[in-house]
Amino acid sequence: MRRYSALSLLRNGLAGHRHWQRTWRAPEPKRAYDVVIVGAGGHGLATAFYLAENHGIRNVAVLEKGYVGGGNVGRNTTVIRSNYLLDGNTQFYEFSMKLWEGMSRALNFNVMFSQRGQIVTAHSADQLDFFSHRANVMRLNGIDAEILDRDDVRRLVPYLDFSETARFPIHGAILQGRAGTARHDAVAWGYARAADGHGIDIIQNCEVTGFLREGEKIVGVETTRGEIGAGKIGLAVAGHTSVLGRKAGLELPIESHVLQAFVTEPLKPLVDHVVAYGADHFYVSQSDKGGLVFGGNLDGYNSYAQRGNLGVVREVAEAAIALMPNISRVRLLRHWGGVMDMTPDASPIICPTPIDGLYLNGGWCYGGFKATPASGWCFAHTLATGKPHPLTAAYSLDRFRTGRTLDEAGAGPFAWLQ
Amino acid sequence: MLRINCPHCGPRDHDEFRYGGDASVTRPAHDDPSFEAWYRYVYVRENPAGRHREFWQHVLGCRQWLVVERDTRTHVISSVAFARSSAA
Repeated sequence: MRRYSALSLLRNGLAGHRHWQRTWRAPEPKRAYDVVIVGAGGHGLATAFYLAENHGIRNVAVLEKGYVGGGNVGRNTTVIRSNYLLDGNTQFYEFSMKLWEGMSRALNFNVMFSQRGQIVTAHSADQLDFFSHRANVMRLNGIDAEILDRDDVRRLVPYLDFSETARFPIHGAILQGRAGTARHDAVAWGYARAADGHGIDIIQNCEVTGFLREGEKIVGVETTRGEIGAGKIGLAVAGHTSVLGRKAGLELPIESHVLQAFVTEPLKPLVDHVVAYGADHFYVSQSDKGGLVFGGNLDGYNSYAQRGNLGVVREVAEAAIALMPNISRVRLLRHWGGVMDMTPDASPIICPTPIDGLYLNGGWCYGGFKATPASGWCFAHTLATGKPHPLTAAYSLDRFRTGRTLDEAGAGPFAWLQ
Repeated sequence: MLRINCPHCGPRDHDEFRYGGDASVTRPAHDDPSFEAWYRYVYVRENPAGRHREFWQHVLGCRQWLVVERDTRTHVISSVAFARSSAA
């Protein structure tokens, strides 16, 4: 892999940009690999990269039914934060944050990680108490967190509704200064390029249609490009975890739901942070092109359709205007949907499965993007050693049987309410 | 917006309804001591990419619980019935 640098840019610029190396190869699949990862999204590609980088396992293929970055890694709102409350989540997402902080350097690819800070507004004294609890948990775990009063919030984000008529007056907020956003496509491309640089085969337009077995053990996959043998198989297929899990014989506590994201026409710089509305479900940041990127709730019923319904567009717009009346006349440019693999506690699953040879990375719900590097790091460890990484030990498939769920929202075992 | 043809009220937008999840799971008997049966009832879901039987309650209408059969890829609704009279 040729390194990107100011010098390489200059050299290629002088040569008319005709000699750039392909970002990753397009190899024909080999007959067998030590590890086959299904799904070339952020998590699958990160897993492949860390298998080579941390464990020296390079005979690896990443199979993708569509194209690199065409799934949820290219459909999310790119928010990165580590403000989780429950043990297991808190430490995992902070580890992920630390990997984000070194990612562009580690991958030699600018993922445009921007630590602009995330502000979540509080709308009552009780909510601010709860945020203080959260901030204390974060700080005890060495994570930055600040509690802001109404005047602090007003100084930082004066464009929110501080009027007498605000439906839910802003009482204060919690701020994580190290939170922010990244260029989501660059994350997929950066991991793909770095994994390819280690000799890993990324095979696009190759859908897994079934599994090859020897007795109880799974020893390979059937694909639209033929059979491929595998010492170990890791599933990282987001919204389609149930579909592939069923083909392998796994019963899963997962439902697929659609989450929409939105972008407005470009505006001059307005939103300098990531802002989340504490009184409803709405979160917004501004892209480098000027569009306001935002999202809200799930559509609310099982769905594999990568498109959303207009009822949620209206709800999200209502929440947006309640928090930021100044954007009421901004036009929506696009909205799109991604298929989330929702678990009953809204926490992910990274673990070996009861089926020999098969490992699972899924159940990311609507929070997978921020977890991309740590998910890859820990899943690579699980694939290499056969054991859960200490940071993902809580994310077992077993936890639903044993009553050790990690339900941050306290919503109960209803995937569509998480 | 999905249009659900409520057997009592006629066709209505889905935001008049509350979603109630997979209707194909059956609750174990109250005195069933099988841990596995309760685990499966509470957590395990078929989650098909295709035809799905699911509960909806017409909260802003007749308040009846319904069983709707819908394709999760296309949202085409093939049947709607009162949950009370719909065989599981």
